[in-house]
Amino acid sequence: MKYFHLIWAALFRRKTRTVFTLISIIAAFLLFGLLNAVRVAFTSGSETLSGNERLVVASRFSIMTGLPQSLQARIAAIPGVQGVGHENWFGGVYQDPKNFVFSFAVDQAYLDVSPDIVLTPEQRKAFVDTRDGALVGEALAARFHWKVGDKIPLQSQIFPQKSGDKTWPFEIVGIFRTTKDAPDGRDQMFFLNWKYFDEANMYSQHSVGWYVVKVADPKDADKVANAIDALSANSDHETKTQTANAFNASFAKQIGNIGLIVEAIMAAVFFTLILLTGNTMAQAVRERIPELAVLKTLGFSNRSVLALVLAEATVLLLLGGVIGMAIASVLAPALTKGSGGMIRLPPIGVGNWIEGLVLMIVIGVVVGVLPALRGMRLKIVDALAGR
Amino acid sequence: MKKFLFGLGMTAIVIVWLIAWTALPWFAVLVLAVLLALWLLFARGGQRTLSVTRVGLSTLAQRLGSTAVIVIGIAGVVAVLVALLAMGEGLSATLRQTGSDDTAIVLRGGSGVESNSVLTRDEIDAIEGAPGIAHDAQGKPVASAELVVVANVPKKSDPNNDTNVSIRGVGDEAWTVRPNVKIVAGRKFAPGLRELDVGASAQKQFAGLDIGNHLKLGGQEWTVVGVFASGDSYESELWGEAKSVASAYRRGSSAESVIARLTSPSAFDQLKAALTSDPRLKVDVSTTQEYFSKQSEGLSKVIRIVGITIGIIMAIGAIFGALNTMYAAVSARTREIATLRAIGFRGVPVVVSVLLETMLLALLGGIIGAAIVWLLFNGYTASTLGSNFSQVVFQFQVTPTLLWTGIKWALAIGFVGGLFPAMRAARLPVTTALREQ
Repeated sequence: MKYFHLIWAALFRRKTRTVFTLISIIAAFLLFGLLNAVRVAFTSGSETLSGNERLVVASRFSIMTGLPQSLQARIAAIPGVQGVGHENWFGGVYQDPKNFVFSFAVDQAYLDVSPDIVLTPEQRKAFVDTRDGALVGEALAARFHWKVGDKIPLQSQIFPQKSGDKTWPFEIVGIFRTTKDAPDGRDQMFFLNWKYFDEANMYSQHSVGWYVVKVADPKDADKVANAIDALSANSDHETKTQTANAFNASFAKQIGNIGLIVEAIMAAVFFTLILLTGNTMAQAVRERIPELAVLKTLGFSNRSVLALVLAEATVLLLLGGVIGMAIASVLAPALTKGSGGMIRLPPIGVGNWIEGLVLMIVIGVVVGVLPALRGMRLKIVDALAGR
Repeated sequence: MKKFLFGLGMTAIVIVWLIAWTALPWFAVLVLAVLLALWLLFARGGQRTLSVTRVGLSTLAQRLGSTAVIVIGIAGVVAVLVALLAMGEGLSATLRQTGSDDTAIVLRGGSGVESNSVLTRDEIDAIEGAPGIAHDAQGKPVASAELVVVANVPKKSDPNNDTNVSIRGVGDEAWTVRPNVKIVAGRKFAPGLRELDVGASAQKQFAGLDIGNHLKLGGQEWTVVGVFASGDSYESELWGEAKSVASAYRRGSSAESVIARLTSPSAFDQLKAALTSDPRLKVDVSTTQEYFSKQSEGLSKVIRIVGITIGIIMAIGAIFGALNTMYAAVSARTREIATLRAIGFRGVPVVVSVLLETMLLALLGGIIGAAIVWLLFNGYTASTLGSNFSQVVFQFQVTPTLLWTGIKWALAIGFVGGLFPAMRAARLPVTTALREQ
């Protein structure tokens, strides 16, 4: 640490060059910050702790094929099952088809198996007691300025009421918060009573979209899943049971291999960056050979010269990288907000920062190592003589 | 103060130039290039510029490392930009080709996409009787009532993961409404049997769809008997007989959509007026062209915005890389440039030669980047979740327009990265520069 001012002075010996290189590094890590969060969200980011103790039971044929409601009691009877709720996709829009609302018809038990939804007992009771009651997530309520007590119409793109009318009236009876480990987007959701949905919709079939099952012990998840699938084996409504994490991951994969695309872009960015900063460091050391020779004359060992140059490269990368990622962490929420929900960039978490810092240090060492070796090996006499 | 104003002026020039450059069509660029070549070859100033540039280029080999920064940096920007744009272009081209202006699609009102819609038998009959729809030799309307359901089929690249694939239940009319759909292998499914024809793209993208394979749909065994090709998004689907699909998915006699051939594109208004005024019906009518281009709109716009944003951020990085390299190149040649100035060379040849050198390197980088993307990604098959809640298979399309966009970006980066060092070279005070070590 005591040599820090020496490293700093060497770094800013040629201000323009260092600043230009810094801007390139900032650009690279700005991209890293924005893209890596997306990559993580699409690969492992949707994994939550509670996602391993919850199972999703959907039709084996396709997610759009319903399951009979009679299955609920039979699933509940399986040992190791703590609770069974169900959901139906409602496909709601508010006022304009552009204002898509993630809306689901759920039963009361669904709230019991969703520990990530935080409700007061009064709001919960109001939901159960009000036929056309609806629970909305905090973010969704903020988006449309809804309050508890508001009566709002929602159009379903799929289900008309028995009268043929596609507009369903709802009364908002509760606005829920979500816990910290809730999957991304939970606070954008809208829940309505399955009973109301089932009775009033034109194609009422007493069918549910999929079941959500809470298991008592996550270790039993596989066993319970097999038992649930065995219930309907060889029937006309065979099921496929997965943990909520696996279900979400397979869903993300359907959109495309976002992870691979992002990795390819980042590989191109960092390959260029290594070349660029490597070139800067090589230039910097080449210019300073006589100075390094002076340091050695003063008694700096070969190893400490090596360390000095390596540290210089790493500090350069860390400086630019941290600024770049800091900009990204300000920019990501701003972009999400500014695009009105069209582009949703996940926030940049601790994991991302750690990955970023590791990358900065690794790249710093990679670009510093050749110039550093050159500095280490130089002979004082030759260097001072300018040979 | 003077220095500050100078910098401000330069930045303004750069911004104006960049705006003009993006708007410039290819033939204008060609004219500019020809003018530049003529000036270099025949004007006195041009010939001087050429000789200064030659000296600069001849020293390139000695600074290979820093030159590579410009070339590879710009190649990276162009490659990423063109690849992302090619993805968006491929997706929207696939969907755009699916529609035409002489076929119409009828859906239940407000449903937006086929999978949300339901039409009853009575409604279908009413729609097929409407004016504006073409009739065949037997006097039957050329209209196809179709059922769209979704099945779980894994991708070849990831056999453990189910994806949603559209199954379209069709009758004979489906083939007459879409004359471009042709069986390329095997045969058409037979009526009354659980047989499927698979789209050529679907067969390539999803597992277990070869002729003779069995597939479980709605709890029953189905057999793949043929492959069809159409060059559009129908190729991502599996087709079976409407009645068999309806019975497997317990749909009765309803359908999701009616696709009808119009007597002529201008008959659309007539059809639309007839259907919207019919009291028995509550439907939306659009030409298939309109319907399918709307489907790709949202996603390809997002891909475009993302591509250009990433491109701009990477370009900023590349510009500063180029600036560093060219400043270093100019400062290495300080004495040489000062000598030229001292023996009477004006500023223009010096400025132009540095700019020319940077832009040549940028051009090289742009060509490398564009070529890499073209070799790797042109025709690369990918799929995403389309609006029927099922997979749409499409190919990346690295079109000449996109390659040209990439080259234009490369030249823009080269220009900005070369301009400032060039100005520095021309403004060096000759006396101090000559004395420099």
